Amino acid sequence: MTATGYVRPASIAEAVAARAAHPDWIVLCGATDLMVEAPLRPAPVGVVDVWALAELCGIAEVDGGAVRIGAATPWRDVVTSPLIAARAPILAAAAREIGALQIQARGTIGGNVGTSSPVGDSLPVLLALDATVELASPRGTRRVPYRDYPTGYRTTALAADELIVAITIPAAHPGARQLWRKVGTRRAQSISKIMAAALLRVEAGRFVEARIGLGAVANRPIRAAGAEAAIVGAPVGEATADAAAAALAAELTPITDVRSTAPYRLATVQQVVRRFVLEASSPSSPD
Amino acid sequence: MRSSDGSLIEVHLTVNGDAVRRAVPPERTLAELLREDLLLTGCKQGCDQGDCGACTVLVDGRAQLACLTLVVAIDGATIETVEGLQQRGRLHPLQAAFVAHGAAQCGFCTPGMLLSAVALLRASPRASRDEIRAGLAGNLCRCTGYVKIIDAVEAVARGDDEEPAP
Repeated sequence: MTATGYVRPASIAEAVAARAAHPDWIVLCGATDLMVEAPLRPAPVGVVDVWALAELCGIAEVDGGAVRIGAATPWRDVVTSPLIAARAPILAAAAREIGALQIQARGTIGGNVGTSSPVGDSLPVLLALDATVELASPRGTRRVPYRDYPTGYRTTALAADELIVAITIPAAHPGARQLWRKVGTRRAQSISKIMAAALLRVEAGRFVEARIGLGAVANRPIRAAGAEAAIVGAPVGEATADAAAAALAAELTPITDVRSTAPYRLATVQQVVRRFVLEASSPSSPD
Repeated sequence: MRSSDGSLIEVHLTVNGDAVRRAVPPERTLAELLREDLLLTGCKQGCDQGDCGACTVLVDGRAQLACLTLVVAIDGATIETVEGLQQRGRLHPLQAAFVAHGAAQCGFCTPGMLLSAVALLRASPRASRDEIRAGLAGNLCRCTGYVKIIDAVEAVARGDDEEPAP
């Protein structure tokens, strides 16, 4: 990578000012993606480096049970956080499978959200948990539901003068089940073929809440709205699992690339979602 | 705030206990600084894209990949490389265990393996075999000599050697 400009702000205020002053510069927050692809991409005009910026790091409880994660919080801190383990166990599970320890020490949640790769491992989890992205600019702060944040292939709702400040995960209903599965070529160190995350809740034998986030089956991380509609209001059991799988075929557009094929991706994600529905159909057991 | 219009940026680091001050361009990686400026060639550039772990060093105590790390991004950090493991000519217990267990074949992955193992045993001095496997998962050995490497780390974790890891 050859950058001609570099700035390392010491506060969010400085970072916002730098971002506004240099809207064509790239924001760096860990560099585990940018540096890997550096030889293949045009050099950035400049870099606003917010990695380890203290005001952007940390995990805290806010607003009666929600969890706010600073954008520059590295994955290792997500993996080891008791708060995440209690409230968002599937985020810890996804973080544990991002690269190995060395990558988890540098890669950040804000970096994953900002890069917005269709195979970003944490992104389906943020969809399933209905996360919110907090964005700051000289115009103020706004909160965007994460489901509206990815807009296309590596394009997002982020404006040129905005900075990702935090990700907030609302409190889930205590009876909700959180489920996560990453399928890759092997268990360790591989980029995903597909990822699926779900939050499912059953009351009196029927599904009353269903959010399913999927990765690597469209040009961006997506909610499986058709499958969710097939699940909510339906009774627990095989028939609902089959209906959800059938709905996926109608709404997904996986591609064939170096990591997998479109038919494999569709069949695998259907099977994973089927198992999610069956698992949530059985009486709760510790995950 | 630190800023640059493309000129050199001065960075202060502590490398194996020594204070280091260097002016570097923004794109300089820690692997390049260690190998080319400081001649600490124990930091190996294998894939140079974050896959193999051969360039693993400790940055403020955490195992990180020097090939993906920009020097300007870690101003003020404390770096430990394989060259700093021995003390007054005596091998670090993990280095001694690697020798005793035949854990080095071609040797290219060895410095990175050692530093991942050092970080692991500092956090978890009695790490189990599974914890050792997980702790070394980011370090690839193209000789595929994993069993002896894990044996060596396990021997230190079990206290088989006379000295505990520092």
